Amino acid sequence: MREDLKFVAVGHVDHGKSTLIGRLLYDTNSLPPDKMEEVRQMSEESEGVLEFAFVMDHLEEERKNRVTIDTAQIFFRTAKREYVIIDAPGHKQFLKNMITGATLAEAALLLVAAEEGLQEQTHRHAYILSLLGIEQLLVVINKMDLVDYSRERFEQIKKDITHRLGEFGLTPLLVIPIAAKPGDNVARRSEKMPWYAGKTLLEGLDMLQPAPSKEEGPLRFPVQDVYEREGEKILVGKMSSGILTRGQEVMFHPLGKRATVDYIKVFEGKREQAEAGRSIGLVLKDKSALQGLKRGQIACAVSPSPKVSNTITATIFWMNGEPLRKNEKLYLKCATQQVLCKVKKIRERLNSSTLEILEEDADLLHETEVGKLTIKTEESICMDPFEQVEEMGRFVLMRDTDTVAGGVVH
Amino acid sequence: MDKLDELESQSIYIIREAYYHYKKLAVLWSIGKDSTTLVWLVRKAFFGEVPFPALHIDTSYKFPEMYKFRDAYSKKWGLELVMAQNKEALAGGMNCVKKLECCTALKTEALKMAIAEHGFEALLLGIRRDEHGIRAKERYFSPRDEDFKWNYQDQPPELWDQYKSQAEEKTHIRVHPLLGWTEVDIWRYLKREQVPITDLYFAKDGKRYRSIGCTTCCNPIESNAASIDDIIYELETTTTSERAGRAQDKEDTYTMQKLRALGYM
Repeated sequence: MREDLKFVAVGHVDHGKSTLIGRLLYDTNSLPPDKMEEVRQMSEESEGVLEFAFVMDHLEEERKNRVTIDTAQIFFRTAKREYVIIDAPGHKQFLKNMITGATLAEAALLLVAAEEGLQEQTHRHAYILSLLGIEQLLVVINKMDLVDYSRERFEQIKKDITHRLGEFGLTPLLVIPIAAKPGDNVARRSEKMPWYAGKTLLEGLDMLQPAPSKEEGPLRFPVQDVYEREGEKILVGKMSSGILTRGQEVMFHPLGKRATVDYIKVFEGKREQAEAGRSIGLVLKDKSALQGLKRGQIACAVSPSPKVSNTITATIFWMNGEPLRKNEKLYLKCATQQVLCKVKKIRERLNSSTLEILEEDADLLHETEVGKLTIKTEESICMDPFEQVEEMGRFVLMRDTDTVAGGVVH
Repeated sequence: MDKLDELESQSIYIIREAYYHYKKLAVLWSIGKDSTTLVWLVRKAFFGEVPFPALHIDTSYKFPEMYKFRDAYSKKWGLELVMAQNKEALAGGMNCVKKLECCTALKTEALKMAIAEHGFEALLLGIRRDEHGIRAKERYFSPRDEDFKWNYQDQPPELWDQYKSQAEEKTHIRVHPLLGWTEVDIWRYLKREQVPITDLYFAKDGKRYRSIGCTTCCNPIESNAASIDDIIYELETTTTSERAGRAQDKEDTYTMQKLRALGYM
């Protein structure tokens, strides 16, 4: 079976993400004839030009206003593998949708329009990618046709974006000059830019690496639920990191209880091992060890152990119109853990595009802003630094029933 | 793990999340390949014992093969089968000419009645992102209000594996464990797991159904694919879209958006 790869397309509004994706699908022959016909028909109804953006922008409001509102996913394949493209809206108002799309990606494609250069959402999206730990990045400088395919213009923007990304700790794999509408350097090499000898976008995509397996990390198995079958208690869940083996000794955190794995149960029967990413059932040897084991306990390797604490130092992005208030009560969810918490201190309030520190020791944090916080939880929870175990180092905050922020711990 | 292992584990995780948070849960089973895959995954998530009902929306216009398949496998798999039908609309006489009206009455309204009668808080549905551009915009956990409206202009954020675990009052949650699967993934999985499937999908006399629903609105495609292997090969080489034979998608450009905004599956 061919491998597959998920990447998110990000960038400022109107820099041409939806058009580029439409062009990619068209050039790789991934558009069904009836879809192509639909696009042609739609284009006739509006203006008469072949409108690739319509392939991705399906909502009536999106097509009429020519702006992507929500994130979408589309599939295509090259000779090398299958791709999932996650289209993320470029408008500041729809940042939560961009973030929703980006959390699923293994790599990113950042677009910058040649005539406009770096804009507010270019910076913001790049910074969000770095926060989410998406380090594999291709940059395309789009709309080269609007700047007469100028090499100077390309080199200038390439220098600007490379410098900016460096500040976030990101290094683009490639920076490619393209024109999505006519299709220059997307799937086919452009004759208009003889000065560019590098790869086309399609060749660049085939260079991206799938996210490395989490098997190498320390064992972390968050208990999702406890089922009972034929008098046997089964702890079910999905492996976050590492490998679990029959007979292994584990520590449940935050409870701090030691237990031995009897066997790993799946629908088909018993397994000797389970690796990161697999949904399983876990049956323990010593039935008395089950006391207190329920959703939110994490089966961990005895060493290295995670951090168990009720004070968290974190960076969060706020995604709700109603600002975060210092000392407000919220729910924090990390893996299968859910605890009440209070934001004790907003140490820094940042503009997520300019990275300017707007305020230190703030009382409020507004939509699209990034905050460096100290959070106090009502009960101890178990986490790892995001850089070490991603799944156990990221969390969301909930107000009533709404997800209002995402964050990472350090 | 290969791609099918990853898809399966993610779907099982989502199914178990839905069951943990919403005890009044049902799996919507249309007897097609996707919802049959979903029922299979539900069985795997609970080690063979499905702890909530399978809901079948019966428009009365389904293929006879589908009714036969439903009765045979709901019994074999020990499913608690709940049937829903808009009897009033059927008694008043339905014409399937106006698709928006007919799908809304026989599917969306019938589903509303079933939710009201059984008090379901959440439903598992087998929709996939690659089926239709509108479905590509869905979330894994998607709230619907009292009137069933889908607020597609302001969907909740959904980060990593963290899904909506609490619903506002008077809403129900649509849960979509197969959202990330493609059509060919489904067939590769049906083959690997040897999941039984109605034979409407296999070619007879040069035609087969690629997507099934009501007899009135489904057209077979030209095909000689008579086995799962043939179908996988056909899908790997075709560019025609899956729902090309489904009439309700065709009425006008935004029919699917309108249907879904009104609560259609």
